[in-house]
This record gives sequence, structure tokens and C-alpha cells, in this order.
Amino acid sequence: MGLGSWAKRAFHRTGSPRWFFAGSRRWMIGLYTLGIALILVGSIWGLGFVPPERYQGDSFRILFVHVPAASLAQTMYIAIAVAGLVYLVWRMKMAEMLIAAAAPIGMAVTAAALATGIIWGMPTWGKGWVWDARTVSTLVLLLLFFGLQALRQAIAHPERAALAVSLLAVVGVVNIPIIKYSVEWFTTLHQPPSIEIGKRPTIASVYLWPLAVNALGYYCFVAGVVIAALRVRIVEREANAEWLRSWLAKQER
Amino acid sequence: MSVFFAQLRRDLLIAIRDRSEAANPIAFFLLAVLLLGLGLGRDAGTLGPGAIWVLALFANVLAAEGLFRRDHEDGTLEQMLVRARPLFPAVLGKLAAHWLLAGLPLAALSPLAVFFLHGSMAGATPLCGTLLLGTPILAALSAIGAALTVGTGRGGMLLAILVMPLYVPVLVFGVGAAKAADGAAFAQLMLAAMLVAALTTAPFAVGKALSISQEY
Repeated sequence: MGLGSWAKRAFHRTGSPRWFFAGSRRWMIGLYTLGIALILVGSIWGLGFVPPERYQGDSFRILFVHVPAASLAQTMYIAIAVAGLVYLVWRMKMAEMLIAAAAPIGMAVTAAALATGIIWGMPTWGKGWVWDARTVSTLVLLLLFFGLQALRQAIAHPERAALAVSLLAVVGVVNIPIIKYSVEWFTTLHQPPSIEIGKRPTIASVYLWPLAVNALGYYCFVAGVVIAALRVRIVEREANAEWLRSWLAKQER
Repeated sequence: MSVFFAQLRRDLLIAIRDRSEAANPIAFFLLAVLLLGLGLGRDAGTLGPGAIWVLALFANVLAAEGLFRRDHEDGTLEQMLVRARPLFPAVLGKLAAHWLLAGLPLAALSPLAVFFLHGSMAGATPLCGTLLLGTPILAALSAIGAALTVGTGRGGMLLAILVMPLYVPVLVFGVGAAKAADGAAFAQLMLAAMLVAALTTAPFAVGKALSISQEY
């Protein structure tokens, strides 16, 4: 079996709620465990063992939470937009359920990124909120997440709501490049990005390693949460399906 | 092309025969300028082009609500979706008519708004120019939101929530381009680029959204 046909089969299998429901339990537990372990390691390392930063003292340590949250917020929106495109093109049920499951979680993560950013900004910039390109873009991202939820609730017909939300997510993704490149468009208070793919990070490696561990931990943990939410969606949506009933009967026994 | 002009002509004719509705965005814009001027008093002179841009943006969102509502109610929209394939020229025609009625007048009135708010008249020309470039983008973006919400019976607020986050880059570059500062030329070019991008891609999204709203 070639790689192509393997990928095709994996794609079709993941697209089936039944197969996903059966297979995702192990993934969920694995991602939760790995995520929590990495967050513990990264946070204890970052909060307890890394020397204070020369200019910011100890207040920079919140960045071990802020940076992963901000990065996750963008990644989640892009993932939702990709799922939206998949749903619009192939009408794949799982893609739509993924959007419904991930949108509220993405909103919470974005809110966490904003809150930690404000807490960090107060001692570092001297004020919690500045009209800087990246803070504004993150706030906009929060509103985009909110818009997805609002639109879903406004349309009574579930399938039409799912299509409309998918289209809105795809349209809203134009905002992501602005988040990414806003730093180059305006030179404002926010420091230029320290970690870029393909370039040497301008952040000292003492700080980079715990940050990387934490970021990976948050990604795993949130992936686990999304899978859990997705499983709840599947149970809701497929409540009348035969396979789910027999699975539930097996659980009860 | 004939579909484009037919749609444009039809929408303009309807607007001419029902003048009061077509005049609403203009009246709203002037009213908002009045309220801003009264609310700020003497401080109004210190406002930059940003204030007028924001008002134009609000007027645009409010105007967009009615873009498809009447067509949806009397079934014209369904006819358009059935007959006009591809949808692109028909949607573009609707957008063009909408802009001529609710975008162009705002840009044309912006020097008057600057005058009312005691702004510097030297800045009125670039402001008017950037509004001419920017309002079609706003119209195209708000049309996507209007198409998504057309059958829901919930216009106003929901439409604003959906569409206004997408306005951010237009506002940023529009205000940047209207200011006589470094980077204004770059912002003008970016605005023009966004205009081209919006006019070539947004009608597809609007058409898709309309099909979704009428499908079931």
C-alpha cells in the first residue's frame, strides 16, 4: 500500500464519526497526559529555574503562558478556516463538527492570550492596553470567534448554519495575515517577533527551551480538549445512530 | 456584462423610485457628524480623518442590512440565484449599485463633514480620495455579511458583529492614507490593492453565501 492510498484511507476514516469516535479515545488520553506533563515541566522550569530577564525582571515569566496562548489562538482560527473550506467543498460532517467544537475553545484561548498580554503589559509597557497592531489583531480575533458563534445561533437550520459559519471562517481568515504582518506594517511598542521559522531566534536559549516545552504542552492539551469536545458533538449529533447505541449499551454492561 | 448592467440598472431604478430609502445612509452620516460635533464641542477640530472614516464605516454597515432584504422578501433573490449563472456579474452589479447609492455619497460629503467638524480643509482632499478607494471595499465586505444573515430575520447587530472585524485593515490603511505622513503613499497603494482584491474575490463569497441562505 503506497503512502498516497494510506493518506486517502486515513482521510476517509477520520471523516467518519463512527471511526473517529472509536479511535479518538486513546488519542485524547494520550494528548491530555503528554500536554499536562509538558506544561508541568515547562512551567516549573520557566517559573522556578530560569534567571530573571535583564530588563523585565521576573514579570516576563507570564510569557511562558502568553506566547503559547497567542500562538494557539491563531492556529486554532486557521484550523477552523481550513475545516470550513473542507466542509464547503466536500460537505464532510466531521469538519463541521470540528468547527462547532473548536470555536468556543478558540475563543477562550484568545481571551487568555489577551488577558495575559494585558497583565504583562502593565509593568512592562507601563500601561495594560496599547493600540498596538498585535493587541488589536488579537482582540479582532476574539471578535471573529464571537461572530462565528453568533452566526451559528442566529440560523435555525443546522446544516445551513454550518455552511454559513464555514464560509464566514474562510472569509475571516484574511485577518490572520494582518496579525502576522502587522508588526512590519507599523513600528509600534510591541517588540518584533523573536521566533521565526528559518531564522535564528533572537531570544536567549535559556528562555527558548522552557518556552518551547510549554508551547508544545499547551498545543497537546488543547488538542485533547478539542477532541473531547468533538466526541461530545458526535454523541449529540449521532444520538440515533445504531453504532452509538450499541456502544452505549456495551458501556452500561 | 449585460447581466452586470441589467442588475445595476434595476437596482438604481428601484432606488430612484423609492428615494427615501436610498437617502437614509446619507442622512445617517450627516446626523452622526452632527452628534460627534455636538458631543465634542471645541475639541472636534483636533479629530483626524479617523473620526470621519469611522462614521462612514458605521453608515456602511447600516446600509448593508437592506442590500438583499427586499429581494429576499419578494423572491427576486431566488430568481437571481436560479437564473444568473455564474453569479459573479449579477452580484457585482448589485454591489456597484449599492456603492453608488451608499458609498459614493459618503465620500462626496466627507469634505462637508470635515468643514462641520472644523478640521483642516487641506486634509479634506486626501480624505475624500481614500474614502473613494475604501468605501467599495467596505461595501463588498458588508455584502458578505448581509448575504450570510439575509434569511435569519436578525439583521443589524449581528451583521455589524460579523463584518466589522473585517473592516479593520481597511480602516487602518484608509486612515493611514488620509494622513499627510510618512507611509501615506504605501497605505494608498495597499488600499488600492485591497480594492482590487475585494472586487475580484468578494462577489464569489457573496454568491456562495446567498446560495447557502436560499438552499433549504
